[in-house]
Amino acid sequence: MPADRGIATKSLSFQDEAPHWGSIEIQEVESVLELRALSKHYPSHRAVNGISFALQRGEFFSLVGPSGCGKTTTLRLIGGFEEPTSGEILLAGQSLAGTMPYQRDVSTVFQNYALFPHLTVEQNVAFGLERKRRFGKRDIREKVENALALVQLSGKGRRKPNEISGGEKQRTALARSLVVEPKVLLLDEPLSALDPKLRKEMRSELKSLQRRVGIAFLFITHDQEEALSLSDRMAVMNRGVLEQVGTPRELYQRPASRFVAEFLGGLNWLNGAGVRPEAVRLSRERPGDGSRCLSGVVESSIFLGNCLHVQTRLEDGAACVAELPQNGCQFEPGEAVHVFWRVEDELPVSGH
Amino acid sequence: MCSGESKTNYQFPGTKVGRLRAVFVAPSATVMAVLFFAPLLIIVAYSLLSRGPYGGVMHPWTPENYRRVFDPLYGQVLWRSIWIAGAATALCLILGFPLALYIARAKRHRTLLLNLVMLPFWTSFLIRIYAWMFLLRDTGLINTALQELHVISQPLPLLFNTGAVILGLVYGYLPFTVLPLYATLEKLDPELLDAAEDLGASPWSALWRVTVPLSRSGIIAGCLLVFIPCVGAYLTPDLMGGGKTVMAGNLVQNQFTTARDWPFGAAASLVLMLLVLAIMQILRRRSEELL
Repeated sequence: MPADRGIATKSLSFQDEAPHWGSIEIQEVESVLELRALSKHYPSHRAVNGISFALQRGEFFSLVGPSGCGKTTTLRLIGGFEEPTSGEILLAGQSLAGTMPYQRDVSTVFQNYALFPHLTVEQNVAFGLERKRRFGKRDIREKVENALALVQLSGKGRRKPNEISGGEKQRTALARSLVVEPKVLLLDEPLSALDPKLRKEMRSELKSLQRRVGIAFLFITHDQEEALSLSDRMAVMNRGVLEQVGTPRELYQRPASRFVAEFLGGLNWLNGAGVRPEAVRLSRERPGDGSRCLSGVVESSIFLGNCLHVQTRLEDGAACVAELPQNGCQFEPGEAVHVFWRVEDELPVSGH
Repeated sequence: MCSGESKTNYQFPGTKVGRLRAVFVAPSATVMAVLFFAPLLIIVAYSLLSRGPYGGVMHPWTPENYRRVFDPLYGQVLWRSIWIAGAATALCLILGFPLALYIARAKRHRTLLLNLVMLPFWTSFLIRIYAWMFLLRDTGLINTALQELHVISQPLPLLFNTGAVILGLVYGYLPFTVLPLYATLEKLDPELLDAAEDLGASPWSALWRVTVPLSRSGIIAGCLLVFIPCVGAYLTPDLMGGGKTVMAGNLVQNQFTTARDWPFGAAASLVLMLLVLAIMQILRRRSEELL
C-alpha cells in the first residue's frame, strides 16, 4: 500500500506542467485500468465518443460531468453491462473484450445500492464470496466481519435492507463490493441519494476508506465539489468526450476549455478573461495598485452563511458575481462600486 | 362528520362513519351469507344426517358418514387427489416459471404474449378437453400419424390413465401459474440482477439466488391457484381418465348422483375442504416466515 501511495503522489509532482493524459506521463507503472478510444454509439446519439484515460493503482479518480454526458455509460462499459461499439478496456494489462460482468475483477456500487432485499446485511456482503466453494464457511464469516468493521457496520449484520438507514445501506453496498477484493471499485454517484449533511460526512469516510483499502476507486458524480474534494485525479466529461484529465488543482486553476472552467466553479467574464468569483474584489474607491478594474452597480447581495455573493452589473452590461467574506465590507443594492482582480487570477481560457 | 379525531383508521361500529361503512358492506355481506355460508351450513347439516330411500336426507342424526370417509377405501381416493393435484401443480410451476420469466423480460410484445397465454379461456373448457381426447385416443391424431409414419405398430395408450388426467389438469391450469408469476417477476428490479452478476454470479446462479427467492409470493400464489381447484377437479379426471381415475371430486359427484348418498357426499366434501384449508394455512404460515 505505501508503494502505491508513492506512485500516486509522484503524478502530483507534475503539477506545474500543463495538463496531460495520465497514461502517457507514467510509463514504468502498469495502470490498473486503461480505456483506449472507448466508444458506445446508439442509433440516436453517441453516448461515449472515443474516450481514453488510465487509472493508477490505489488512485481515487473521479469522472464528473452533467447529466447525460455519458459517465454512467462509461461505468457500465467497464463493468461489462454494455458492449462497446469500438475501443478497448484493459484491466491490469488484460483486455476485457468478450468477458461477462461476472468474469471481470471489478465491482460496482450502484446509485440505488441494489441491495438484495431478501438477504440480511451479512448475507448481502457474503454474496460475492459464495461461489463454487471458493472459500470455506469460516473464511467467509471472517471476511464479512472484517468488511463490516471497515465500514463501521459491525453489529448490524443481522438486519435486513429495509431495516437500515440510507447511509447504512450505502455502507453495506460498499462492504459487499469491497469484500471480493476487486482491482477497481466503480462507484455510480453513490452519495447522491443521501441528504446534504450525510453526504459531507460520507465523503470523508469514503476517502479514508479508500486510503485504508488501497484499491483504485473510479468515482462518478455530477457534483463538482465532491470530485474536487475527493480525487487524486479527475476528468471532466461532456457529451461523450473527455474535456480534461488531471489533478483537481490543475483542472480548477488551468481549465483547458470554457466548459471545464464553468463546470468546476463559478466564472465571470471580465474584459474577455475568465475570473473566479473568489478572485473578484469590490471597493468603493478606485484601487491604485494596477489591478484590472471595471465599474459597476451592485444588484444584489446574498448571504450564504460562510460568504457573501454580491452580484454587480458592469458598465458594459455584463453581470459579475463576487465572493466576499461575510464579515467584511457590506454592499447595498444600488451602490456604485469598482470591481477589480489580479492578472494572475485570470484563467487561461478564451471566452467563447 | 366524524366525532372528533381518531388516531387509527378503524372507526368503531357505534360512530357515524362506522354505520355508513356497514351500509356499504351490507349488499356483499348478504350475498356471501345467502350464497356461501347458508349452503355451507346446509351441507354440514346433511353430513350429519342419514340417507333417504331415493336420495335426499332424513333423520336420524349420525356421525357415521365421517367414519366412512376415513375408511381406507376412500382414504385412497383422497390421497390420489392430493398427489395428482400436487403433480399437476409442480408441472405447472416448472413449465410456467420460464414462460412467465420470458414474458416479464421481453422488451416488446408483452401484452400480446400475455393475451396469448389467456387465449384458451375464450373457449369452453369442455371443448378443449374433448380436443385433447381427440388427439390422444387410440384412433386419435397422434396415434394415427405415428402409425402412418411406421414409428409404432400398435397405438400408444395415451388416454384414459392418470398421466392423461395430469396432462389435462396442467393444460387447463397453466395460465393460473403464469399470471401471478408474471406479476411478481415484472416488479423485480433488474439492477439486482446486474448487482448479482457484478459480484460474480453467472446468470444461472443469479436466477436461483436472486430471482427465485424474490418471486416467492408469486410462486406460492400460483401454486395455490392450481392446487386447490385440482384437488376438487372432477371433469378432467372423468373424461381424460375414462372414469378409472377416481379423485375426490368424482367421489363427491357420484354420491349426489348415481349413488344417491347425499350425507356421505356432504361429509366427503367437507373433509376435502378442511384438508385444503389446512394445506393453505401451512403454506401461508411458511410464506409469512420467509417474508
